[in-house]
Amino acid sequence: MEENTLNEMKEMVLNYVVKEYIDDEDVKITYETPLISSGYVDSFSMVSLLVFLENKFKIKIPPSKATPEAFDNVNSIVALVNQYLNK
Amino acid sequence: MAEYPSYDELTRDFNWSIAEKELEYNHGDVINIGWYCSDRICMKGNAGKTAMYYEGFGGIEKKYTFNDIRLAGNTIGTFLRTLGIRDGDRVCLFMDRIPELYLSFLGILKIGAIVQPLFSAFGEESLFVRLENAQTRVVITQKKHLSKVRKIRSKLPNLELVIIVDAVKPGELEKGEILFSLDRAEPVEHLEIFPTTAESPSVLHYTSGTTGQPKGVKHVHYSIISQYLTTKWILDLRDNDIYWCTADPGWVTGTSYGIIGPWSLGATQCILDTGFSAQAWYGFIEKYRVTVWYSAPTAIRSLMKAGEEVVKNYDLSSLRHLASVGEPLNSEAVIWSQRVFGKPFLDTFWQTETGSIMITNFPGMKIKPGSMGKPFPGITSTVLDPVTFVPLTEPGKAGLIAFRPGWPAMMRTYWKNEEKYREKFVNGWYLSGDRSTIDNEGYYWFIGRDDDVINTGGHLVSPFEVESALLEHPAVGESAVTSKPDEINMEVVKAFITLKPGFTPSPDLELDIMNFIRKKLSPLAMPQAVEFMDKLPKTRSGKIMRRVLHAKEWGEEIGDISTLEND
Repeated sequence: MEENTLNEMKEMVLNYVVKEYIDDEDVKITYETPLISSGYVDSFSMVSLLVFLENKFKIKIPPSKATPEAFDNVNSIVALVNQYLNK
Repeated sequence: MAEYPSYDELTRDFNWSIAEKELEYNHGDVINIGWYCSDRICMKGNAGKTAMYYEGFGGIEKKYTFNDIRLAGNTIGTFLRTLGIRDGDRVCLFMDRIPELYLSFLGILKIGAIVQPLFSAFGEESLFVRLENAQTRVVITQKKHLSKVRKIRSKLPNLELVIIVDAVKPGELEKGEILFSLDRAEPVEHLEIFPTTAESPSVLHYTSGTTGQPKGVKHVHYSIISQYLTTKWILDLRDNDIYWCTADPGWVTGTSYGIIGPWSLGATQCILDTGFSAQAWYGFIEKYRVTVWYSAPTAIRSLMKAGEEVVKNYDLSSLRHLASVGEPLNSEAVIWSQRVFGKPFLDTFWQTETGSIMITNFPGMKIKPGSMGKPFPGITSTVLDPVTFVPLTEPGKAGLIAFRPGWPAMMRTYWKNEEKYREKFVNGWYLSGDRSTIDNEGYYWFIGRDDDVINTGGHLVSPFEVESALLEHPAVGESAVTSKPDEINMEVVKAFITLKPGFTPSPDLELDIMNFIRKKLSPLAMPQAVEFMDKLPKTRSGKIMRRVLHAKEWGEEIGDISTLEND
């Protein structure tokens, strides 16, 4: 995957996370910021993040792969998405 | 000699006065939970003992002795008093599991005010209906949750003050908002404890029912009698234990057994305020050498899903006793914990309304995996015929779990809703709303709810509340909400929707509806699936037949549909 595309994907996911899950404007989220283990995104809300990814990238992520670890930061989320793109 | 007394020995000649004597309480005395959980422990010579280890995200660690929590409770109580807060006023705690939450709990009770803990993930609508119902005077919160409070503030005339316990710059404060930093405040050595008595209100927890708005469950200071003794006997807390209750004090387990029970016994507890991961949890147990662990089936199933390999990376040998609450603990989870941790999780059953453990597995008692165990001594329970409300005597017959009122932690009423409170009683029995069987050895076996309330991850969600909120979404014409099975959370919310003219079903609309409910109510209430329908099943009189949808989701018999509206 080209680096530009990868960065665009990360930016898209990052923007969505900030818009939907972060209430505190002072919290700065990066590609590496833990989302699940930090408590910014809880396990129930993770389902909506999964639906977002599946809709946006037209993919289907198996429930067994949608783990708190895989969703714990933007980098790991995009890595997961990449596994199912072009499948 | 056996380590534990037998069930028969515990129940024989049982009287709640056992707890009263141990707590040196005599009828008519002042009884104040805030004092019992801090000042009394210090007076008993344990001022220097650790009361709380706290760990937040990013490696933040704090430690408080019983003298520290005594002083903190005094300081917060004094601050509230100077603001004019008096006995009987409702003070809401709307915070994550930070130390200020636990310490404010004590301070509020010490001045005789009523604590109203609310889950910090609640959205603005969930927050609003609970604050409005309680006519709350003060909300204590964190900067990260302030925006939700501000959005509804103008609709809450009784809400006079919002106290923020962390870093908001003074220039950013709005009218009626105050900063309070416990770290910077001068510790208050002496606070005159408000002379609450047994029936003085203490804690107001909100719980959801099938219909109507959430109900405020009023508890009183005398509840400590049940909470103390059940913590001692069932959670088996001893002097040298390190206790971890994973529940959030926004829910009743987090106060009854995450504050009152352990601290009234002078036990050391630890708090982890981060998101869930198996590694983080096992690492926490290893680091603090946790000995007694009270958790929930959803968490246990999540740990099971993470696998057994990860357990091997941690030294969990400190664990001595495990217990669980919130939803039925499946037998697989009991057997798994026995294999992986070397001891089973003991299931306990109780509710927001009961205030303390009612039916439970006891340390030392024969465990039947999948069973809730037997009634706690002093609790008269049965299962009732759902039609006649007469106790069923035949073992194995399904009925409604019911209790004879009279135990110390029983709710005293629903806040401003005496009618709903009275509806909970039939023939002198308190109806729990849950169904079970009792086997020939007196063990209870959970079957399910007797109503439409959804128990997801151990938290009750009202389908009515979600349906009402859905109707506020611009695309939603009609809605029906039920549960669907879930491997981890037992069940999750599912919404069935018809759309208004001009809207068409799409994955993006599904996501928009999910997020709408998540923000308005809470992540727990968010439908994890949305099904768009041309029409909802209704009776000929127009009532939505939720049970038809429920049966479809669970693969059950639909039952009598003679009243179903025809096309």
